Amino acid sequence: MLTMGLSIVSLARFQFAMTTVFHFFFVPFSIGMGFLVAIMETIYAVKKDKVYLDMAKFWGKIFLLSFAVGIVTGIIQEFQFGMNWSEYSRFMGDVFGAPLAIEALLAFFIESVFIGIWMFTWDRFKPGVHAFMIWMTSIGTMLSAIWILAANSFMQHPTGFRINNATGRIQLTDFGAVVANPQLWKVFPHVILAAFMTAGVVIAGMSAWGLLRKKSGENHFFKTSLRFGLWASLIFALASAGAGDLQTQQIIKDQPMKFAATEGIYEDTKDPAPWTVVELIDSKNHTASGKIELPGVLSLLAYHKLSGSVKGMNTINKELHAKYDKKFGKDMNYYVPPKTLFWSFRVMTGIDALIMLVAFVGLIFSRKKKDTIESHKWMLVVLGICLWVPFIANSAGWFITEFGRYPWIVYGLFTIADAVSPTSTVGTLLFSNIVYFLLFTLLGGVMIWYCRQTLHHGPYFEEADAKQNVDPFAKEAFGQ
Amino acid sequence: MTLSTLWFIVIGLLFAIFLFLEGFDFGVGMSTRILAKNDEERAALMSTIGPHWDGNETWLVTAGGAMFASLPLWYATLFSGYYILFLLVLVGLILRGVSFEFHKHAETRTGKNLWMWAFFAGSIIPPFFLCMILLSMVQGIPINANGDAFPTFFDVVNLLSVVGGVAGVLLSLVHGLNFIRLRIEGPLRERARKLNQILYPILFLGEVVFAILVFLQTDFFTKRFASSLLITVLIVLFSLLGYYGVLKDREGWSFAGSGLSLSMVIVLLFNGLFPRVMIATNPAHSILIKNAANSQYTLTIMTIVACILVPIVAIYFVWSYSLFTKRINPRENTVKY
Repeated sequence: MLTMGLSIVSLARFQFAMTTVFHFFFVPFSIGMGFLVAIMETIYAVKKDKVYLDMAKFWGKIFLLSFAVGIVTGIIQEFQFGMNWSEYSRFMGDVFGAPLAIEALLAFFIESVFIGIWMFTWDRFKPGVHAFMIWMTSIGTMLSAIWILAANSFMQHPTGFRINNATGRIQLTDFGAVVANPQLWKVFPHVILAAFMTAGVVIAGMSAWGLLRKKSGENHFFKTSLRFGLWASLIFALASAGAGDLQTQQIIKDQPMKFAATEGIYEDTKDPAPWTVVELIDSKNHTASGKIELPGVLSLLAYHKLSGSVKGMNTINKELHAKYDKKFGKDMNYYVPPKTLFWSFRVMTGIDALIMLVAFVGLIFSRKKKDTIESHKWMLVVLGICLWVPFIANSAGWFITEFGRYPWIVYGLFTIADAVSPTSTVGTLLFSNIVYFLLFTLLGGVMIWYCRQTLHHGPYFEEADAKQNVDPFAKEAFGQ
Repeated sequence: MTLSTLWFIVIGLLFAIFLFLEGFDFGVGMSTRILAKNDEERAALMSTIGPHWDGNETWLVTAGGAMFASLPLWYATLFSGYYILFLLVLVGLILRGVSFEFHKHAETRTGKNLWMWAFFAGSIIPPFFLCMILLSMVQGIPINANGDAFPTFFDVVNLLSVVGGVAGVLLSLVHGLNFIRLRIEGPLRERARKLNQILYPILFLGEVVFAILVFLQTDFFTKRFASSLLITVLIVLFSLLGYYGVLKDREGWSFAGSGLSLSMVIVLLFNGLFPRVMIATNPAHSILIKNAANSQYTLTIMTIVACILVPIVAIYFVWSYSLFTKRINPRENTVKY
């Protein structure tokens, strides 16, 4: 039978990965778009330059599309901890539920209420007041990120808890420590800045396609949007790389296995440690070959100095066995999937570097004094294609974070295999996997299609449309 | 009263508020096929809840979060035990949620129809299956010592749960029509009232059948006779108030009446459950509030957080409703984005 080879744990993991990755296409996009649209509308409110109003309205439409898919895919997350991971929910309830509930009370209400007001009140409020509504929405999305990352950070690096001996479950002892988790305050800036970058790259990319269409009257709009998007791409690509570097320092301390795997190091390195650009990983025999190395660079990345060696996975594996064998038994495998982590890291950082480069070149070509970007068609095409790459980078980043926690769901405390719902069956999981997959493919496809259509219509579509559709017998038709 | 009992009540309140608010959203969604005659009217109906539906749904998300944060063993058992039904609820909510945005962008007839039907289906599926889950749950299902629920097909699909599902859908529809009477002007409004004149007698019949089945199939009336009876009477009285508003053309009374009827259903179920959260066929395995609850420390923090945040949310939530009080006329294109 087909289902024989599929295990409950792997199906449940696949479903969680699929639903969260899909959700996380839209989360950073929405967070970034909300923020950038809020800036556009604020510039309009201050400078009264109409192109910024047009930008806020046009990119606001794209924001709303992504927000819509973002929230509906987010509802799943709220319930699937109970549905698929009931043992996890029982074990973690005392710690994990609080940030989720606070996220709903503090963040979801702000964003859902104020986005409702913002959508429907363009003609009712003064620009400054209307901009306030999108700022509230944007703040709501960012607050939401803090609380869900607080929950995730506990899973990466548990703080402020003890194990209740009677029940064997986690018990919260210091809520302040959960909120002050150093992991949280390293990961939050990285995620938020990457979200801003994502939206910047998409705005620049879509504007590039808009410029290539050469529709009359749209040049100024797309040129302003392009430069706005490129500046956001460049600034936030740099900033998120910096934040990622700080996060790495935390990972070396808390999860050395994750760090060793992202760098593909099996044996302890020499001092100073070289950085491996690429290598062939043999995960069965725990060796790597064919390395291309840059001497000393890894010490610089890991410790911000030119000396210091980095522990390899084989050493860390022994240490973890010594530390956890008593509780989890000798048969545990502490190696995280090294190829996934090694290549995800290179994809993520490579894309970040690519975005910096492309944004920088784009800004030079489109500089106000000597604007030649339209004569460099290839550059516009490159920008247009690049709008997809931040989504790959965002997913790669989460692959490192989540696969790098293997075999634990809560680091050092609870394994993934123990967390899954005992009520799950292969049949129901297969069914829900298929349903979600089909539904998400539909939603993703339609969302992209409508974004494309919105771009195709351009920013002045509705004004033109409204003029055409005037009722021939209405007063306006005899206006002239 | 212990903090865990307080949170049991809070979760009940959150579900009751959710059903009051999203109940009319569901009803408006259903009426796009039942009441509206053309696309213009359908769009007008959709726009009555355009600014509000997302905020209304947040009460469900908050209820789920509150459950996880205060009584996680209930959260774990309930959601894993009714896996397929919750999956269907989620699919309904997903289709419904995107239809608002996608419908705006659809330019072909097929596209518009597709998302309007998604809106309609997504407005029937969630209330039906949510009510089905609740009314299956209160009859008692097989639960093991670990707290894992294994309801059989007939534990999930039986007379009471199906009647409960249908009653939930009907009550939502009636509530939605009452909301439409508040928010729409012109012939649609009058048609909504006329339709409710027909629906209310059916609803009363449904409520009587529902009450009898609850009496027969649950232990609510043996465990707490007086309060269960009182709440059941209140459900019917609020429906009568709604009917009175229909007959006298007072939509405010109708809306309050149907909304409170919906909320009272939750009150009835929570009152009957207490002090349990899951009823097992083997009474020894029933999950009690005190066993499902989080530590005193966590509950204290959650109580403080809720005391600070809920009033603030309530203020801007009500304020957002006060911004959209002008009635919508389907003839004028008042839908602006």
